Amino acid sequence: MDKIVFDIAHLLAGSILLVSFMMLYQDRLSALLNLFALHAVLLALSVAWQAHVHAAPHLYVTAMIALFFKALFIPLALHRIVVRLNIHRQIETVVGVGLTMMLGMGLAALAMLLMVRITPDSDLLGREDLGFALATVMLGLLLMVTRRNAVSQVIGFMSLENGTILAATGAKGMPMVVEISVAFSILIAFIVIGVFLFRIRERFDTVDLQALDQFRGEQG
Amino acid sequence: MTVVPSDAETLVLLIPLAAAAVLALLPGYRVTAWLNMLASLLTLAVVVALFIQPRPAPSHYLLIDDVNIVFILLNSFVGFTTSVFSASYIGHELHTGRLTPVYLRFYHAMYQVLMFAMNLALVSNNIGLMWVAIEIATLTTVLMVGIYRTHQAIEAAWKYFILGSVGIALALFGTILVYKAAQPVVGEGLDGMVWTVLMANVAHFDAATLNVAFIFLLLGYGTKVGLVPLHAWLPDAHSEGPTPISAVLSGLLLNVALFAVLRFKLLLAANPQAIMPGPLMVILGLTSVLFASLMLYRRRDIKRLFAYSSIEHMGIITFAFGMGGALANFAALLHMTMHSLTKSAIFFAVGHVSQVKGTQKIADIRGLTETHPVLGWGLVLGVFAIAGLPPLGIFTSEFLVVTSTFAREPLLAVALVVGLVVALGGLLLQLNGVAFGPPSAGTARSEASYLPLFAHLALVCAAGVYLPPALVAWFQHVAGRLG
Repeated sequence: MDKIVFDIAHLLAGSILLVSFMMLYQDRLSALLNLFALHAVLLALSVAWQAHVHAAPHLYVTAMIALFFKALFIPLALHRIVVRLNIHRQIETVVGVGLTMMLGMGLAALAMLLMVRITPDSDLLGREDLGFALATVMLGLLLMVTRRNAVSQVIGFMSLENGTILAATGAKGMPMVVEISVAFSILIAFIVIGVFLFRIRERFDTVDLQALDQFRGEQG
Repeated sequence: MTVVPSDAETLVLLIPLAAAAVLALLPGYRVTAWLNMLASLLTLAVVVALFIQPRPAPSHYLLIDDVNIVFILLNSFVGFTTSVFSASYIGHELHTGRLTPVYLRFYHAMYQVLMFAMNLALVSNNIGLMWVAIEIATLTTVLMVGIYRTHQAIEAAWKYFILGSVGIALALFGTILVYKAAQPVVGEGLDGMVWTVLMANVAHFDAATLNVAFIFLLLGYGTKVGLVPLHAWLPDAHSEGPTPISAVLSGLLLNVALFAVLRFKLLLAANPQAIMPGPLMVILGLTSVLFASLMLYRRRDIKRLFAYSSIEHMGIITFAFGMGGALANFAALLHMTMHSLTKSAIFFAVGHVSQVKGTQKIADIRGLTETHPVLGWGLVLGVFAIAGLPPLGIFTSEFLVVTSTFAREPLLAVALVVGLVVALGGLLLQLNGVAFGPPSAGTARSEASYLPLFAHLALVCAAGVYLPPALVAWFQHVAGRLG
């Protein structure tokens, strides 16, 4: 096998993980959304690379979904919502940045150690990808735990789902059923989220803003 | 029956799906409520036919075996009775204006989609498809929980959605790992996700990968079962949604999630090098029983009270399946059946009670047996059953769980008994105020349909006194298959 094949796959999966770390400390909502878009673009590239390497054309569909739906449509829609709710300037972090980063590094190390140890060493590419994928899932969870804001929790959840898709495409020859359904379920998930965000806005926009204002007052 | 087996299998899925499409379009409350019942009844009839017929050969996607047919039968039966209850419940909600006609249409469609998703999860022979089905079930219930659109309802739905999705994502990761373990042995492609193929070859899989996969699956699907410490969504979702949904959640959806865990437990048990999945389930189950039984004492909302009771009972069932062996599995199956029947009956009663009293606060519901004797005594009977008092059905199954545990792990049995007794105290204490004592306001006559409530309770009572030998033989057979 070509060494360059592994290197490119590693570069892409590693970049996804890196963006996950950047999302951890990014405390402005609009910047966080941009980072998520970057996350999804990298995922699309990574999936496309896997499709190319494994000669599995159906994976290009997954890559396209990641690119158009997650990297373009969702961030744009969320941008609109965030701007309308007037909360694009600041978001609430529950734990400090330093501690979050330390936790993140610990989780990533743990994920890599676990995955490299347990999986059978027949397929190096898939195995290392799985490690990156688990680390991304863990960081997504951490992002959700350290944030209180509904929008940033959604972003955390979607970066977590990106991690599972990375894992699914890394597993060689995994049936099409799952890829379509993963993409499909994210679509539904987003509809649900969208409905919620709209409902939250139409019912409690004043309440939400007051809470945010109070929070700002505490900080200042 | 004229239907050939493979058709019956797909009919179980097609009927709810078609009904959902029709119900989404039709206006009017009476017609749609009737149609909802009819669709559920038809599904039940097909399932009965499926049960009687010889098992069809498994395909890559669908499978009917001796284990899942029990779950499907229970699922469709309670699904049907709940649709009967729902018809009278929803009429009242429309009358008081809590639901608008548009939302009613949505409600009925979602009800059938939920039935479809649960049946799909149960009949699927493909771990990927099962995952998709449980995801659909989660999403529909999230929408149903938030249907009243009050502040609390949306908050509950949001919490359920976030926790449920994280659980689902973890379960997907576990599913991928299972495929990863299977791939070197069964090859690439669809075979690596087909449960029967996996079962046949699991002995040669890499044990370490399977172990990690099971942890993810247990945590992921365990969130949906409502096992402590992953239960936080459950009380909120039960108390804020429409009561028929609470009944379906408690009585059915938790079982479906547990069924997913069971499938993977069987997979691990068939690999000699993998960890024993049983002890993990025992620990989670016992923690749930002890935690939930203590939580029963300080509840102020009647639906939250019974939500915690559901956590307790799912804990007992998980515990018993975790113990394994023919007797414990038998007890777990029986307990699961009894719990589904009793808990949904209780929610039927509670739904009407909160409608006539106009509140779910326990402090404001007093002296039910005086103001509404039928409803009140129905609730009393249901609570007696769920608390495990003899001679009702749950007593039998709890007794079996405890005795089978005593024979093997006496200390665990003691802990379990402590949990059961604490729960008994909590439930009876709460019941005392609700059912007896000076009645509170709200004496409006209830236009309830008592049929589903008392049909369930009659079955539970009968099972406590006499279990038909055919049923016992059947459950023993299934328990044997469960390892």
